Amino acid sequence: MRVPLSWLRQYVDVDLPAQELAHRLTMAGIEVGEVEVIGGWNEVFVGHVTYVHPHPNADRLRLCVVTTGSEELEVVCGAPNVASGQKICFAKVGANIYNTHSERHETLEAAKIRGVESQGMICSAIELGLGDDHSRIIVLPDDAPTGALLDDYLGDTVLDLELTPNRLDCLSVLGVAHEVAALTGKTVREPEASYEESGAPITEKVNISVASPELCHRYTASLLLGVKIGPSPQWLQDRLTRAGLRPINNVVDVTNFVMLEYNQPLHSFDYDLIKNATVIVRRARPGEALTTLDGVERKLTPENLVIADANDPIGLGGVIGGSNSEISDSTVNVLLESATFDGTNNRATAQTLGLRTEATLRFEKGLRPELAPIALRRATGLIQEVAGGTVAPGIVDVLSDEGADPPVVILTSGKIKRMLGMEVDLKRVRETMDALGFTWELEGDAALKVTVPYWRNDVNIEEDLVEEVVRTIGYQSVPTTMLSSPIPFQQPVPVMGLRDQIKDVLAAVGIQEVINYPLVTLQQLEQVEHLDKSALPLRVANPMSSDREYLRTTLRASLLATLASNQGHSAGPFRMFEAGRVFWPRNGDLPEERETVAGVLAGLRHEPSWLEDDSLLDFYDAKGVVESVLDRLGVTATYEPVDDPAFHPGRCAAIKSRDALLGLVGEVHPVVMERLGLESPQVAAFELYLGPILAALPSSQQQFEPLPRYPSATRDLALVMPSDVDAGRVTQLILRHRGVDRAELFDIYAGENIAEGTKSLAFHVYFQARDRTLTNEEVNRSLDGLLRILEKELNVTLRA
Amino acid sequence: MTEPSAQPPTAQSIEEIVRSATAELDSLENLEAVDQWRVSYLGRRGELTTVLRSLSSLDVDQRRTIGASANEAKNTLEECLEERVRKINGAALIRSASQGRMDVTLPGRPALEGRLHPTTQIVREICSAFTAMGFGVVEGPEVEWDHYNFEMLNIPKGHPARDMWNTLWVDYEDPAGEQAMLLRTHTSPMQARVMEGQEPPIRVVVPGKCYRYEATDATHEWHFYQVEGLAVGEGITFADLKGTLYEFARRMFGEERQIRFRCDYFPFVEPGVDMSIDCFACNGEGDGCRICRDSGWIEIMGAGMIHPKVLEGVGYDTEKYTGFAFGMGPERIAMLKYGIDDIRHFYANDLRFLRQF
Ligand SMILES: [Zn+2]
Repeated sequence: MRVPLSWLRQYVDVDLPAQELAHRLTMAGIEVGEVEVIGGWNEVFVGHVTYVHPHPNADRLRLCVVTTGSEELEVVCGAPNVASGQKICFAKVGANIYNTHSERHETLEAAKIRGVESQGMICSAIELGLGDDHSRIIVLPDDAPTGALLDDYLGDTVLDLELTPNRLDCLSVLGVAHEVAALTGKTVREPEASYEESGAPITEKVNISVASPELCHRYTASLLLGVKIGPSPQWLQDRLTRAGLRPINNVVDVTNFVMLEYNQPLHSFDYDLIKNATVIVRRARPGEALTTLDGVERKLTPENLVIADANDPIGLGGVIGGSNSEISDSTVNVLLESATFDGTNNRATAQTLGLRTEATLRFEKGLRPELAPIALRRATGLIQEVAGGTVAPGIVDVLSDEGADPPVVILTSGKIKRMLGMEVDLKRVRETMDALGFTWELEGDAALKVTVPYWRNDVNIEEDLVEEVVRTIGYQSVPTTMLSSPIPFQQPVPVMGLRDQIKDVLAAVGIQEVINYPLVTLQQLEQVEHLDKSALPLRVANPMSSDREYLRTTLRASLLATLASNQGHSAGPFRMFEAGRVFWPRNGDLPEERETVAGVLAGLRHEPSWLEDDSLLDFYDAKGVVESVLDRLGVTATYEPVDDPAFHPGRCAAIKSRDALLGLVGEVHPVVMERLGLESPQVAAFELYLGPILAALPSSQQQFEPLPRYPSATRDLALVMPSDVDAGRVTQLILRHRGVDRAELFDIYAGENIAEGTKSLAFHVYFQARDRTLTNEEVNRSLDGLLRILEKELNVTLRA
Repeated sequence: MTEPSAQPPTAQSIEEIVRSATAELDSLENLEAVDQWRVSYLGRRGELTTVLRSLSSLDVDQRRTIGASANEAKNTLEECLEERVRKINGAALIRSASQGRMDVTLPGRPALEGRLHPTTQIVREICSAFTAMGFGVVEGPEVEWDHYNFEMLNIPKGHPARDMWNTLWVDYEDPAGEQAMLLRTHTSPMQARVMEGQEPPIRVVVPGKCYRYEATDATHEWHFYQVEGLAVGEGITFADLKGTLYEFARRMFGEERQIRFRCDYFPFVEPGVDMSIDCFACNGEGDGCRICRDSGWIEIMGAGMIHPKVLEGVGYDTEKYTGFAFGMGPERIAMLKYGIDDIRHFYANDLRFLRQF
């Protein structure tokens, strides 16, 4: 909403600087986005052209004599419309105006034009920043005061308001005036609505009925006969232009002016185009259509409210008029409508038809019915003033029960204390109410019965009035205290603690956290997992773009994409993880949001350095990370070979605890890498599913285990076995054996000196008893037992 | 070195041997010479050994006294020997160390480094400021019902205030054929969910992701985080809201911070406010400051007293309970704290950006 101060001053005195006023409004909840200054031209005056004659050296140029009252100056002018006797905007040398050649604001200097010195310039709109026209000079009204500073005569300041949806009232200049008055201690001058009525009363000339009072709470109308359609007077055009609306003709301009003044949208019909002089406010009939003022034919349904004549719709109530009843140059009789339409229905119609207008912007928020006749009379008077004609006596006023009475709200001192934590003197409260235009009666000695003024639709309950009080007296007057209510016990949320712990471990082992968008394409998901076509991921109904359409069911897709994009500009190492949710659809319910952590490792194992080798990150790096995490959590897991479409065959392990799948670790499938444009021979990746991990956490607090008091005995075992025996199974058997405390795999070998199809694993095995030092015999006995089991279970033998 | 004496040993002669042996030892600088010395005094044919061996020619009394001092002398020489060896070894270490120079200006071996995303860091910082004031931390679903995201927050269907949240809808219709599922536009739906689940007193903060149908630019992201806060109980006032947020502002931005409220509108609070802090970059001076754009104040969050319709909606007795709520954008706070000029950096996941925090 653009509020020119020149217009605002029509209703309230403004003696604060514009910036200060803007600040006060902003603090009170009427945010001023920008304070726009029109003017600042300095040496530009209202000039009077006393004489025009041809330029001696150029056909298109004229020499003009301009008086500013105190001096006469000669200027060269190229505009075709300059004429003797005009009042014009005259820029003297030193003026600050827009230079169309340099395309900048500059100080005007004296110049010789085709050999003749020009002592200034007669300005067009573009030089003064008042428009784009630079072919014609601006011609001021004849009564413009010669010699006046143009800043005083035409200059203005416009407050550009960024309103919250509740403050409908401030979509009008009068509404802002009420606010300014309350904040600066002034009084509002409401405009007069007076006109003369003559002839037959309106009730004899038009028959108006409201068939759908639930959608039209009040319908008022007046009738003007014999008006003359034409351009509006300059003052009216200026008002609209400054506020950002385009002048059309005098009648339409008045309806727009009164809308901006009072907030009430009005509509004017060509009375002679209304069949049978009958107006019916009703729901559209199935199949009905209306060509609206913008030339578009709209198909209507009974959900849409229309203004109809005896036969057809002639307007879409509160949204836009119909072209079949539009005011044109030949219109002589005007039916003027000022109505109150239902906000919710109005908004629904605007949305389904894609038609948001200045009218719907206001109606959708729920205008008060008291406003309709006030604005009607104001507009009727103004139309008569600018377009002539006679007004048929009386108005039509069809009022439904809904909203007939203004809201009355009781405000108690106790409520103020309970909300704000401080007492506000009732006298101060009454002053606040007065300043804002609310009327009140005392209810006992600690309460007010407050009536809400017609321009406010946002005050309905006691809390609303408390806000009116506190925003007027200022929030700084409220004390600052700490919560004194009991502190509730905060039940920890296990999955959040688990996620934080995992994130901390991952960062500690050198992996960078990233956060990706959870919306991806179906194709991205298909590339990295098997999609069940019968249960596709959730789709966004109104995606912003096709690459953000589906809710991810895996973190892999976006994480690998992030890896690819970083590989484009950096050498690595790339060690990244994301902790986020994936979304699994559930029938008729919100999706299951599974907490997942995934990581990728690719490129160099170490930062490039003069010290390190150039080995590359691989499967075992990812597995080491997973082991660190699970070890920290106290979760014992096994790793079983598994196939997954995203992973390299034979290089993927399911991370399991008993039967629960805790995650996956592997190297990314070469085909997937190629599709995603990933570099480096391999990308290692892991996924951890927090739900199952939470279930696998040790149920009791980890207990201290006493340090061994007796020395352990070590045996080195070089074991030979078929190549396809996994080290994990061998290790498991060793660890499960009685007397074995721990085992370290320190070498793997295949090749010369051992049989083909076999491999050798070498372990340090530690034997330990809690209560004594094991004897050699005991260790050997245990070892023999172990070797027998290894041979029996896995065909593992001691290397010769 | 003296020749082995044929004379029977005396206390004086033993003392003499010790004196000359230790003097000789002190002059020795390398281990070979020390070893020769050991052989000549303590070796099988060494002087002292010879003395001990000749004790047999003495009578019992003499043997006892001379023998004792000879043994003592042997111990003394052995101790001196050890001491000397230690000294020589120490000197050798110092000599060799002085030759083992390294170029200490070469870069060190890079340690592995991983950091948490700046949003994670800021969210944790915000949450811990509130947990210190007795707030718990909970989370809620990112895909939400219209019911919780709007209706329970006093934003019924068709309410013009819905324009404040451009919504990404999930392709799903409820049995009535209405769009009912959405990506939550704010963390506020957790207000109703938390209150439905328990009776006051309540103090929680709710961090999490939110989504809006919005074009991105330097200050707008369609995907972002919020931290919501909620306190409900008996006797909670706007003054308590001020105090809580003042304490938060000081913890996040420093002890000197001042706060300021201006009237603002959110359908689920009344009165509703917007809180600013005085600019920490220019100390509220404003002039020429890039952070606060000359105003001296920085808007940090929206807040207000919970609207009675919201409390009624979860079945609370509005005569008994009041509460406040607030919400802020951690990215904005991170941008202010770290001087980040474009919110789009956060989720572009360029490691060159992320590694700075
Ligand atoms: Zn600043």
